[in-house]
Amino acid sequence: MKIGVLALQGDFIEHVQVLRALGADAVEVRQPDELRDLDGLIIPGGESTTFGKLAIEYGLIEPIRALCNAGKPVWGTCAGMIFLAKDIGRPQPLLGLMDVKVKRNAFGRQVDSFEIDLDVSALATTENGQPKPFHAIFIRAPLIESIGKAVEVLAQLDDGTIVAARQGNLLATSFHPELTQDTRFHRYFLERVGKR
Amino acid sequence: MAEKTVGTWAVKVGLAQMLKGGVIMDVTNAEQAKIAEDAGACAVMALERVPADIRREGGVARMADPTKIVEIMEAVTIPVMAKARIGHFVEAQVLEALGVDYIDESEVLTPADEENHIDKHNFKVPFVCGCRNLGEALRRIGEGAAMIRTKGEAGTGDVVEAVRHARAVLGEIRRLQNMRPDEWMRVAKEMGAPYELVKETAELGRLPVVNFAAGGIATPADAALMMQLGVDGVFVGSGIFKSGDPARRAKAIVEATTHYNDPEIIAKVSRGLGEPMVGRAAREIPEKELLAVRGW
Repeated sequence: MKIGVLALQGDFIEHVQVLRALGADAVEVRQPDELRDLDGLIIPGGESTTFGKLAIEYGLIEPIRALCNAGKPVWGTCAGMIFLAKDIGRPQPLLGLMDVKVKRNAFGRQVDSFEIDLDVSALATTENGQPKPFHAIFIRAPLIESIGKAVEVLAQLDDGTIVAARQGNLLATSFHPELTQDTRFHRYFLERVGKR
Repeated sequence: MAEKTVGTWAVKVGLAQMLKGGVIMDVTNAEQAKIAEDAGACAVMALERVPADIRREGGVARMADPTKIVEIMEAVTIPVMAKARIGHFVEAQVLEALGVDYIDESEVLTPADEENHIDKHNFKVPFVCGCRNLGEALRRIGEGAAMIRTKGEAGTGDVVEAVRHARAVLGEIRRLQNMRPDEWMRVAKEMGAPYELVKETAELGRLPVVNFAAGGIATPADAALMMQLGVDGVFVGSGIFKSGDPARRAKAIVEATTHYNDPEIIAKVSRGLGEPMVGRAAREIPEKELLAVRGW
């Protein structure tokens, strides 16, 4: 299985390392021709404004939309989630693929960045008979303010804030599974997203 | 559900991980900050004078006026960093209170303490610090720096010192990797670095935190040179807003940093950028005016 990681800027190497550890063939994507023959794409954390400028300049927007419309799984973490969204309430280049409204820097500035254990039932793993939480790292993170009909919520904070969601072959997380040793989200992406 | 924890090592180092492969630009007002963001900068460094002007004008260089920093924070959505003097932990407290996203404990400002750096573990906000070699990098990490950069020689537009410092750090890491574990303690003693960090660096084959280049980067090719040498991203100080066409040069440096292994793209973005910053050869600067020797 060949998975691309958008490598315009951000923590793409961390995703590549997790994918390779799971036995997938991971490649860095900076140019449109590097999107050919991919079985899926991850858009990493980083700065979404930087992704937008470079994606337009190097002609990546339409080829990524085509990959998504062909049913290939696409996952955005943090800035990647922003880049996937249809609406972020401000003018900024977006892929506009996922029917969610996202708010950037939603929890405040860096001093408000946090770690927390989340319950993610879709990962369906247990530890000593209890559901095993997913340790999530939120860095100047976005949140999902509202979702369209086709979108399924995968994880929420205690106050109901949506921080992970799926729409068919699209996956979005506010947080960074690639910064932890827990590979369950990457396995979920490889094994289940994009499969009907 | 569990409680949120803030100010942890993982979120401090994590923000630096999000900046990788990007360009952090020095800006002195909201208008420059917008230009930097529009060019694709992954963060900006808010300061009152760029290093080239600090060099020219002399005097004591301090933390920027909070009004200036807040103006810049309000102008952009990307992370905003700001500089505190070496050892000036109250300037750092002020910057944390303002809500800046990263503090640069910087040799570009006039040091407030010639013996001690800030105890950076005491803060929720993360710090980046400069270094000339691996020992210095690991001492700063030991004090709590969550990101490292080369010192280079700021405000010169001469990349030679940044190259020297990056080669020193990365070369020393390569040598460490070829050592037996029973040699690490001797290295720790010689470098004046914490043993645990020497061990961690040897095992990882890289610094335990993100490592950027800074100090003298002025062109797209300079940025790509530093990336090919093995740093994670670049700071550009005076090189952008002291040049003839800052918006264009800023965008070109961003593209060269992303496509650092593609000479055709670097050639394309390097065309017709207008006047680069005038610059001054680092070699011709008198000893007492060097910035990189500040701190230890």
